[in-house]
Amino acid sequence: MSATLLAVQTLNGLQLGVLLFLIAAGLTLVFGVMDFINLAHGVQYMLGAYLAVAGYQLTGSFWAALLFALVVSLLAGLALEFLVFRHLYDRDHLDQVLATFGVILFLNEAVKVIWGAAPLSVPIPDLFDGSLQLMDNLRYPVYRLALIGSGLGVALLLYVLVTRTRIGMLVRAGATNPDMVAALGVNIRRLFMIVFGFGTMLAGFAGIMAAPILSVEPGMGDNLLILAFVVIVIGGIGSIRGAFISALLIGLVDTLGRSLTTDIARLLLPPAAANDVGPAIASMLIYILMAGVLFFRPSGLFPVARS
Amino acid sequence: MKKVLSALAATTILCSASAASAESLKIGFLATLSGPPAVLGQHMRDGFLLGVKENDGKLGGLDTEVLVVDDELKPDAALTKVQGLLERDKVDMMAGVVFSNVMMAVYKPVIEAETIFIGANAGPSPIAGKGCSPYFFSTSWQNDQNHEVMGKYATQKGYKRVVVMAPNYQAGKDAIAGFKRHYEGEIADEVYTKLGQLDFSAELARIADTKPDAIFTFMPGGMGVNLVKQYDQAGLKEGIPFLSAFTVDETTLPATQDTAVGLFAGAQWASNLDNAANAKFVADFKAEYGYAPSLYAAQGYDAARLIDGALERTGGDKSKDALMAALKTAPFESVRGDFSFNTNQFPVQDFYLVKAVNKDGAYVTEAVEKVFDDKGDAYAESCRM
Repeated sequence: MSATLLAVQTLNGLQLGVLLFLIAAGLTLVFGVMDFINLAHGVQYMLGAYLAVAGYQLTGSFWAALLFALVVSLLAGLALEFLVFRHLYDRDHLDQVLATFGVILFLNEAVKVIWGAAPLSVPIPDLFDGSLQLMDNLRYPVYRLALIGSGLGVALLLYVLVTRTRIGMLVRAGATNPDMVAALGVNIRRLFMIVFGFGTMLAGFAGIMAAPILSVEPGMGDNLLILAFVVIVIGGIGSIRGAFISALLIGLVDTLGRSLTTDIARLLLPPAAANDVGPAIASMLIYILMAGVLFFRPSGLFPVARS
Repeated sequence: MKKVLSALAATTILCSASAASAESLKIGFLATLSGPPAVLGQHMRDGFLLGVKENDGKLGGLDTEVLVVDDELKPDAALTKVQGLLERDKVDMMAGVVFSNVMMAVYKPVIEAETIFIGANAGPSPIAGKGCSPYFFSTSWQNDQNHEVMGKYATQKGYKRVVVMAPNYQAGKDAIAGFKRHYEGEIADEVYTKLGQLDFSAELARIADTKPDAIFTFMPGGMGVNLVKQYDQAGLKEGIPFLSAFTVDETTLPATQDTAVGLFAGAQWASNLDNAANAKFVADFKAEYGYAPSLYAAQGYDAARLIDGALERTGGDKSKDALMAALKTAPFESVRGDFSFNTNQFPVQDFYLVKAVNKDGAYVTEAVEKVFDDKGDAYAESCRM
C-alpha cells in the first residue's frame, strides 16, 4: 500500500468518524443527561434524510431543504417527546427500549407509506459539487470535505454550548445529579425537552448531510444506530468529548481495517482462506476495540461522573 | 352439539370450496414487502397483478383471486404463512418469492403438498439441480446466470484485470463464483464488504490504486445505491467500466439517477427489448403504477401470463397433470422474447448486457448487446425428474 493510498484511507476514516459523531452526539446527550435509552435515534436520523428529500422535491434547493428538514426534525422530535418519551422518563430501561423500538417500527413503516420502499436521494449542492484529484484516477468529492467540516463545526458548537453556557452547565449538572438540579429550582422536565429536541435535531442533521452520499431508504438508520451505541459506550456515556474521539477512532479503525486486513491475511494465508478471514476480521474490529476498551476502562474513555 | 356444528361447518366449507374451484383460481403469492428490500417484492407483485388485471381478473378464463402475502424476509415467518395458504386457504398454486433463503424454506412444503409453484425471482442452485421438481417452474433465472453474463462479457471485451466486489455472505460469494465461470482474465483483487455497508470510500480508493480494466460487483438494494453514487462521485465512472448484476436496475435508478447512467448490468430483460408483448407491458405498467418496471416486474408479469397461457391451453382445466403438461410448453409470449423451459423447468432464454440510460427524463435499463443466446443454466444436468 502506497503512502498516498494510506493518506486517502485515513481521510475516508475521518469522514466516516465524523458522520458517526453527528449521530452519536445526540444519542450520548439524551442517554447521558436523561438516562434515557432512545433506540429511535436511528429512525430520527432516517427521518432527517427523508425530510431533506421532501424539502428538495418541494424547493429544488439543498439549502432550503436543509433548513426545512432541520426545523421539521426538531418539531417531530418535540412531538415524539410530548406523545411518547415524556411518559417513559421514570420507567426502567426495558420499558424505554420496548417503547422506542415501537417507534422504530412505526416510523420505518410510516416513511414507506409516505415515500415508498424504493431508495431515494438528494443531489450534492452546487457549492460543493466539485472534487479534488487525490490519486491519478481517484477524485475526492468536496462534499465529503464539507461533511467533515460540518462535523467539526458541530463538535465545536457542542463544546462551547456544554462548557461555556448556562444551559450547558445545567445539562452537565443534570447528567451528574438530576434530582439535585430539580431541587435547586430548575425545571428539569423542560431541560430534558430541550436536550431531547436538540438531540433529535442533531440526528436529523446527520441524516440530511448523509442524504447526498448515502441511499435514503426505510431502515437506513438501524445499522448506524448500533455503531452509534458502540461509539458512545467506548467514549463514555454522556460525554461529548468521548463521543467525538471514539467516533473518529471507530471511523479510522473500521476504514483502515477494511482496507488492510485482507492484505495482511494474504501474507499469512493462501488467497482463498485470506478472502474468508480478512473480511470477517475487518467486520469484527470495532467490536474487538470496544471489548478491549471496556476491559481496561469499564465506563468508557471519558467517563462522566455520576452520583 | 359441538361436533355436529363443526361437521356442518366442514361440509359448508367443502361445498363452497368445490363450488369455488369449478370456475375460479386461487393463487398464493409470496413476496418480501417489508424491510429495506421491499421494493423488489413490490415490483414483482405489481407485475404479477398487472398480468392478472389485463385479463380482466381471469387467468385462462377462470376468476382469479391472488392472495398476496408478505414473507418479511424471514424464512420461518414465510413457512408459517405458506402453510396457511396451503391448508387454510387451499390455494390452487403458489407463485412469487424474492429471496433465495425464503425460497429454500418454503420450497419443500409446497412441492410436497403437490402444489404447482411458479418462482418469479429466486433461483437457488439446489432447486435448479438435484432438488428440482416437476411442480416447480421458474420465470426468472438460476441465481448464477446474470453474473455469468458479466463474466462472459468481460472475456469478450478482452478485459485482462478485473476487480470483483460483493458483500460477504452466501449470495455474494455465489455471484463471484458465477462471474468467474466464463471470465478468462485475471482477478486483480477480490473484495468482500460487510452486508449492509454504507460507505465504500475505502474500497473505492483500493480500486483506484489497483487500476483494473473493469470492476464487477453485486450490491443489491441500498448498498448498490450507495456504491453507485460514490463510484460516480469518486470519478471512477469515466475510467473504469462498471459491470454489475442486480445493482443497477429500475428499483435503484430512481435514487441513483444520473450517477448510474452509463453503468452496465447483466440481465434477461430490459425496457427496450423489441417485441410486442414487452412494448405493451412497459407502457401498461407505467400507466397503471406510475413508475418504470424492472426485471422483477417483468418476471412477475411473465408468471401471470404463463399461468394464463397454460390454463387457456387446458381449456380452464386446472387438474395438476394437465396443467403441468401445459405449463411445460411455456404457452405464452414472454416480454423477453425467446422463452422455453429447460429440463429443470428453469427458462432457456437470452441474456443481455444492459446499460442505465436517461430516456426522456425516466431512468431505465436498455439492452446494448446480446451476450448469451438461448442459454440454460449450469445445474440442469444434475436435475432428474
